Amino acid sequence: MDLIEYKAKEVFRKYGIPTPKGVLVKSHSELTRVEDIAPKVVLKAQVPIGGRGKAGGIKFASSTDEAKARVSEMLGMIIRGFKVGSVLVEEALDISKELYLGITIDRSAKDHLIIGAAEGGVEIESLPDGKLIKTHVRALAGLQSYQVRDIVSKYPLNAEQQKALADILRKLFTLYVKEDATLAEINPLVLTKDGRLVAADAKLSIDDDSLYRHKEYERVESDLTPLEMKAKQKGIALIQLDGRIGVIANGAGLTMATLDSLEIYGGKGGVFLDLGGTDDPERVTEAFMLLQEANPSVILINIFGGITKCDTVAEGIRNALSNLKKRVPTAVRIRGLNEERAKEILRDAGFVPCDTMAEVARTAVEMERKLGG
Amino acid sequence: MSIIVDKGTKVLVHGITGHQGVFHTRAMKEFGTNVVAGMTPGKGGQEVEGVPVFNSVAEAMAARSPNTSIIFVPAPFAKDSVFEAVDNGIKTIVIITERIPVHDMAATVEYARYNGAKIIGPNTPGIVTPGEAKVGIMPSKIFVDGHIGVISRSGTLTYEIVDSITRAGYGQSTCLGLGGDPITGMSFVDALALFDKDKDTDAVVIVGEIGGTAEEEAAEFIKTMHKPVCAYIAGQTAPPGKRMGHAGAIITRGKGTAESKIKALTAAGASVARLPAEIGELVKKVL
Repeated sequence: MDLIEYKAKEVFRKYGIPTPKGVLVKSHSELTRVEDIAPKVVLKAQVPIGGRGKAGGIKFASSTDEAKARVSEMLGMIIRGFKVGSVLVEEALDISKELYLGITIDRSAKDHLIIGAAEGGVEIESLPDGKLIKTHVRALAGLQSYQVRDIVSKYPLNAEQQKALADILRKLFTLYVKEDATLAEINPLVLTKDGRLVAADAKLSIDDDSLYRHKEYERVESDLTPLEMKAKQKGIALIQLDGRIGVIANGAGLTMATLDSLEIYGGKGGVFLDLGGTDDPERVTEAFMLLQEANPSVILINIFGGITKCDTVAEGIRNALSNLKKRVPTAVRIRGLNEERAKEILRDAGFVPCDTMAEVARTAVEMERKLGG
Repeated sequence: MSIIVDKGTKVLVHGITGHQGVFHTRAMKEFGTNVVAGMTPGKGGQEVEGVPVFNSVAEAMAARSPNTSIIFVPAPFAKDSVFEAVDNGIKTIVIITERIPVHDMAATVEYARYNGAKIIGPNTPGIVTPGEAKVGIMPSKIFVDGHIGVISRSGTLTYEIVDSITRAGYGQSTCLGLGGDPITGMSFVDALALFDKDKDTDAVVIVGEIGGTAEEEAAEFIKTMHKPVCAYIAGQTAPPGKRMGHAGAIITRGKGTAESKIKALTAAGASVARLPAEIGELVKKVL
């Protein structure tokens, strides 16, 4: 899960990483809180997306009155589909230099990677490798002092500032490990004119699989659609896309391959649902009903039952249909454990089961065309 | 011949008394796997499907000398279980458990590497050598003894691919699931190297998916291989996933998409299928 900026900064402060002085304004009645901050302020909309600056999510003000007026405007604004529920008001830093510091998981090297750069800001990704300071940290060994010395010496800073950077790096690494982060990033890390290093922005992603030992992070899934959220609460992986064909498959790889097959035959998956390893008929019925809520024009079901029993999946589908008033054209393919019994159940329920993945994709696309495409 | 598991494999099941442990111990035994012991702390002295249960790996080792571990214990305890196996000299460890924190896996993979142990997974369906041994949860029925090596990052999609190979009239030497997590023990390159040396493997099929750069690294290795490779990459039409900040973009540098992977594999001389069902026909062509 990605923490929103003000949350990430709270965690940064807990570990002693300097952040700008600021307050979070959540409603118009809280506008007076702005007065606690310097007259020159930055106003940052708290939305869970990048690139908010270009979309009007970051503004400046040079007086308290101006700040209040601007925050008022920003609250409730829609930025790339997200309603602004709160605005972070921070002292405007007197910037001398913008730097970059990040730590993330390196999947290929199977360890942690610290990335540093003497330039910060949005252009960081286009810096050539020669300008990046990359250091691998072994998970069992942890961050060594020689690595810290080596990294900070590559920044164009004086001795005192290098010491401050070393301190921030150690704290950021500790935070990254203790909080089970998959990303801890400061961009920009600002060197102020009076020589302080301050984390002007904070990005923190916490490993979802570690949340059992980090109960303090409330799950915020605000970038999900209401239907996706509903599915998630039921423990079903459902994602909404643009197309009109609804897809049910089991396993992430098979689901992706099914969507790919649809496109090869000229169709497009609209909403898709991964049944995972379930063959509990009641869960299947529940999943099928959820898919119906997305209003697909055609439904494609592709199950390869290895451990999953095909016949109980088929039962779930049949039961779901008996609950429905209107029946959406459905192409189905089911293979694997207890396949013959499954096909019987499906035929009795009025389906014509397909044999291969290609065939079921083609059938679904033809069904959609017949509907008047 | 085959890779990693064969008739000499003696399996220790970690978490054998759990629901999954019991079910798959039975399935592995039915397949012909030599399951010699199980372990669950506090459950020593019991038997599961005729397999003796011990309280610790050390006890299991003393009594039954297993050489391969399969881990079914829940995610919060998986790291501990793997360390216990490594410390007791087990050199092949298959981690079925899913949702293990990535920091735990980084430490676990590194510890195994220091100690010369091989890790498969986590979040893998395991490994199967038809006619010899299955250390995993893959459906037994789909496999046929033969000479095609299969390496996959996926679960059910692997079964689909194996099915396609079998339908085209070929069997499998060994089928290996790498696991779908960000950090896994074995990678495509490790497995490709083993298959390239295996006398019983004539061609290799790899099943990749979007995310990470493991397929691009596999492509580099394929250039040096003696045997033909066929590939399928899932997620060609998937919407772009969430960005891992600037750091993520710096690491991948435009790699990680299905397009990038297919391009790299094709340039390395691999035959890439558009649909999973085409794999069987591709194998026929390259042999």
